[in-house]
Amino acid sequence: MPGLFKQSVALLRGLLITGRYLFRPPVTILYPEVKTRVAPRFKGRHWLTRYGDGIERCVGCELCVIVCPAQAIYVRAAENTPERQVSKGERHADQFQINMLRCIFCGFCEEACPTGSIVLGQDYELAGYSRASLIYTKPMLTEPYPGASGRDPGREV
Amino acid sequence: MISVVLVAAIKSVLVVVMVLAGFAYATLLERRLLARFQLRYGPNRVGPFGLLQPIADGIKLIFKESFMPATADRLVYWLAPAISMVAALFVYAVIPIGPEIRFFGTTVPLYIADVNVGILLVLGASSIGVYGVILGGWSSNNKYALLGCLRSSAQLISYELAIGLAVVSVVLTAGSLSLVDIVNAQQRLWFVALQPVGFLLFFIGALAETNRAPFDLPEAEQELIAGFHTEYGGFKFAMFYVGEYVGIITMSLLVTTLFLGGWHGPLLPGPHWVAIKTFAFVCLFIWIRATMPRVRHDQLMAFGWKVLVPLGLLNVVATAVIVALVGG
Repeated sequence: MPGLFKQSVALLRGLLITGRYLFRPPVTILYPEVKTRVAPRFKGRHWLTRYGDGIERCVGCELCVIVCPAQAIYVRAAENTPERQVSKGERHADQFQINMLRCIFCGFCEEACPTGSIVLGQDYELAGYSRASLIYTKPMLTEPYPGASGRDPGREV
Repeated sequence: MISVVLVAAIKSVLVVVMVLAGFAYATLLERRLLARFQLRYGPNRVGPFGLLQPIADGIKLIFKESFMPATADRLVYWLAPAISMVAALFVYAVIPIGPEIRFFGTTVPLYIADVNVGILLVLGASSIGVYGVILGGWSSNNKYALLGCLRSSAQLISYELAIGLAVVSVVLTAGSLSLVDIVNAQQRLWFVALQPVGFLLFFIGALAETNRAPFDLPEAEQELIAGFHTEYGGFKFAMFYVGEYVGIITMSLLVTTLFLGGWHGPLLPGPHWVAIKTFAFVCLFIWIRATMPRVRHDQLMAFGWKVLVPLGLLNVVATAVIVALVGG
């Protein structure tokens, strides 16, 4: 009998605990209206970064193409000419495409890149209405201005 | 004669509409309240505060494919959800929600029928609801459904007994089987004060009778997928759901009627009090679901037969002796 009493009290205490939770504010974030900041090292959509003077970092070496486990990257390199010096090396990326449907956001391309050109940014809202719209081309990937990706344009790699 | 039939018909339609609306919003209340107990928001997208969610759910369920397992027993498979729903709705014929009111110069009682064995009718109808569960589980020809319906029948039979004994003690105290008379007998003092043991027995029995946590063994998701309604989808599933949630409202209404003085209360008119008390009990059902873990099946049966039934019998004997000494 005393055991039964103790158990009944335990039931009531359990009810009180959940009762207290009823009056706490929910921890849910109402996503589309409220957005949280992602972690500083979050691996989101890619950027092709520039130096502070606007010169592209990508030298068209295709190391990211080789390392990519999902084979999501396509690069066609072209020679730099004295009239048209796009990057600091001998070559630059004429075409640079990333298939966002194949990409697994592992960040290997960023690790492999010898000039620190390709980086994974903070943007994670990458949905689209067609497959074609999710193949990001060079104009979409290149920073509109140096530092647009959130990385320091003057950083050394 | 015709006017009597007409009034009864109008009242029946009103009650059915009210009960079904109550069912729809009981599901929303449960989802929202349960979410808040778990520090979530629950469905809040459809309409303001998610208030149109039940309508969206209903439309979705109506337009779902009406699937049936190939080996199912056709007739029984289709009949079972209907039994479950009709039995749950039938009970409202005798549950009073208020005293007589003056309406266009005639007195209209706020109950459809004042049957002189009202409480027996309620218990009988809720027992018929079990057939829906058993037949549904049996006819779907699925082992999980079968296990669920066997558990359900075992549970319902043992806990129906505890409820019956609690009701007997109330009937002895009130001196009548009519629910209207039982409410009237509580004018001065609610029966929860005279019958605390009976109240506890009835409430625990009600939890088990409606298959609610911590007694939700017939549909224990972790072991039985969905129990007896594993093979049901679309609107047939919705009908089982109606039976279940209307059962919760019924049991809350019965606790109100039998133990908490029904429509008696200060200031507000009768039906308001019935609604407030019933709402409080529905919330209590949800609160308990948010708190208690499920009991094991042998624990459930042992608790029913070794604790609740003897306690109920003792309570009936004690009540009978006291009533005989005081009232006789």
